[in-house]
Amino acid sequence: MNVPTMAEMMAQGKQPEVLFWVGAAGSYDDRAKKISRAFVKILHQANVDFAVLGAEESSTGDAAKRAGNEFLFQMQAMMNIEVLNGYEVKTIVTCDPHSFNTLKNEYPSLGGKYKVYHHTQFIKKLIDEGKLTVDDTNLKGKRLTYHDPCYLGRANEVYESPRDLIRRLGVNLTEMKRSKATALCCGAGGAQMFKEPEKGDKDINVLRTEDALETKPQIIATGCPYCNTMMTDGIKFKEKESQVKVQDIAELIAEANNL
Amino acid sequence: MQYLPNLFFALALIFGIGFFVMNVRKLIRNINLGKDIDRSDNKSQRWKNMAMIALGQSKMIKRPFAGFLHIVVYVGFVIINIEVLEIIIDGLFGTHRVFQPILGNNLYAFLIGTFEILAALVFVSVIIFWLRRNLANIKRFLSKEMKGWPKNDGNFILYFEMVLMSLFIIMNATDIPFQEAGIGNPISQFVAPWFSDFSTETIHTIEKTAWWIHILGILVFLNYLYYSKHLHILLAFPNTFYANINPKGQFDNLESVTNEVKLMMDPSADPYAAPAEGAEETVPEKFGASDVTDLNWVQLMNSYTCTECGRCTSSCPANLTGKELSPRNIMMKTRDRLEEVGNNIDANGGSFKDDGKQLLNDYITPEELWACTSCNACVEECPIGIDPLSIITDMRRYLVMEESAAPQELNMMMTNIENNGAPWQYNQQDRLNWKDEE
Ligand code: SF4
Ligand code: SF4
Repeated sequence: MNVPTMAEMMAQGKQPEVLFWVGAAGSYDDRAKKISRAFVKILHQANVDFAVLGAEESSTGDAAKRAGNEFLFQMQAMMNIEVLNGYEVKTIVTCDPHSFNTLKNEYPSLGGKYKVYHHTQFIKKLIDEGKLTVDDTNLKGKRLTYHDPCYLGRANEVYESPRDLIRRLGVNLTEMKRSKATALCCGAGGAQMFKEPEKGDKDINVLRTEDALETKPQIIATGCPYCNTMMTDGIKFKEKESQVKVQDIAELIAEANNL
Repeated sequence: MQYLPNLFFALALIFGIGFFVMNVRKLIRNINLGKDIDRSDNKSQRWKNMAMIALGQSKMIKRPFAGFLHIVVYVGFVIINIEVLEIIIDGLFGTHRVFQPILGNNLYAFLIGTFEILAALVFVSVIIFWLRRNLANIKRFLSKEMKGWPKNDGNFILYFEMVLMSLFIIMNATDIPFQEAGIGNPISQFVAPWFSDFSTETIHTIEKTAWWIHILGILVFLNYLYYSKHLHILLAFPNTFYANINPKGQFDNLESVTNEVKLMMDPSADPYAAPAEGAEETVPEKFGASDVTDLNWVQLMNSYTCTECGRCTSSCPANLTGKELSPRNIMMKTRDRLEEVGNNIDANGGSFKDDGKQLLNDYITPEELWACTSCNACVEECPIGIDPLSIITDMRRYLVMEESAAPQELNMMMTNIENNGAPWQYNQQDRLNWKDEE
């Protein structure tokens, strides 16, 4: 798969239009890597002039910041900003709502000012500009429910662009009882992804999976690699793997377009 | 002799209002124990939020039933206070229904009639509230932090309103000339017959008594506010005005940390250099919050404003799955500790004497703090713009940066970020391997 890096581009004297910020999950997590690949296929189909940082990318520091380690966060941020500003990056797109939030909201006051898109916003923009169309026949009629990632939804009030894309798939979208601003967290945010939960009577991802299962879905769509892991684990816990798939919106679009 | 009631009334008024002002000053003093935070930007947006959220109660109606009842009680309560103005003038000058000749019979009848109807609606709403609170088994009213005072406090105010509204109606019903005029008495006319067996003398005494208890009750109510969650009647306004208006996911970047990180990353910086002339001393600051005085004044005002409604807790994923964390309880404990610190200052002649306690551990435990997913559901839910998450974050910052007391797994995650640029133990050189895997 052709994924140019900023360094390669620079060597050829080129300046890509957008930087695809892959994020740690998208780079290393086996499940999330598929999301990165699906998104790159979409970028190729729409002829987007993009590049990644590759080995020059580092953690945004989001998890460290939510855990309370402001030092580590700011060190990561300043290193990343140095790299990004060095390449004169103007526009960033990412599949990870946590990177999205941090780059968009927390980097500017540290000297990193970019136009930042979540991949659902970016894909919608490609469609609106006529650079991409979505085939609505391949997934037609499937029952789908969408889980709002906290850091995309409540944190940044992006509720519509993912739903807009879902509607274009020709699927049957049903909303969970808790959705949009009142959506329940998948349980991964605030650095919870990296530790065992505190004692309680249930895990959060199981409760959220129950919300989703109430809508009797064939597909649970989401727009965050961590939500994806959490919901996938929830489906396994409920032993529903054979009936329900958890997929990122980028994967669904790639699938719809036979990419 | 005939001036005695007026004098007594004036004294009650002065004493009641004076005590209230004293407590308000204490309240402001306590809130100012917090650190400074600049919320002077975007005035127009802030006014708009205040108008919509505090005055317009736009977030209350997200739960329509409770929201509707709340609006009835709120409107009723605010509007009936116009009547209180008349009561005060009557009380001070010994007049009777002083506004009647001024406003003319029609307008006066319309006003008092509206008040009566509102009073009746408030009465009914308050009874439904009482039933919900005490008999309806609604989970957020039964949590463990709602035992004792918080539960009684909620009920007291309901009893208070019932009594005040009844007195208002009785006062009108026993005002014989008012009833005989037959104007502005849509509710009290049905109550008046209950007293028809009494002598004129007795009815008059009942009227006077109801009048007195009514106005004294209002003064007591005013002074009860400070001790109660009902302080939100007043604080909802500044609280919504000064609430955070940035995106909810945007956490502040601690400036003191920025300065140190810049120093660390700048190879030419001399760490031993004396601070530039006039530059503020930034070093002694403590990172994060372990006590109320480390929080900012908006967070402290939040704690006084919290109505203990529990909407935040009932939407908190950690709480819903049985963890110790309850955002409402975070707010309640912050207020409790702040009150304790305030009382300590009062008892020690104006300065705080170390009591060996702090907000962290003595009130809020690390277990609660670590259970938070930072999902912002609590912030979204709060009908008056309170941000429990900001307190949780500031306390986590203290745990991590001052005490190095994060859970072991988080320490590992942070070490990985430091060494490998990712929360997992992978080699940074392998960042792009995904492109060739299928
Ligand atoms: S931000 Fe934390 S305290 Fe608030 S609802 Fe989410 S998990 Fe609960
Ligand atoms: S913080 Fe807000 S939502 Fe939570 S109990 Fe207090 S007033 Fe209610």
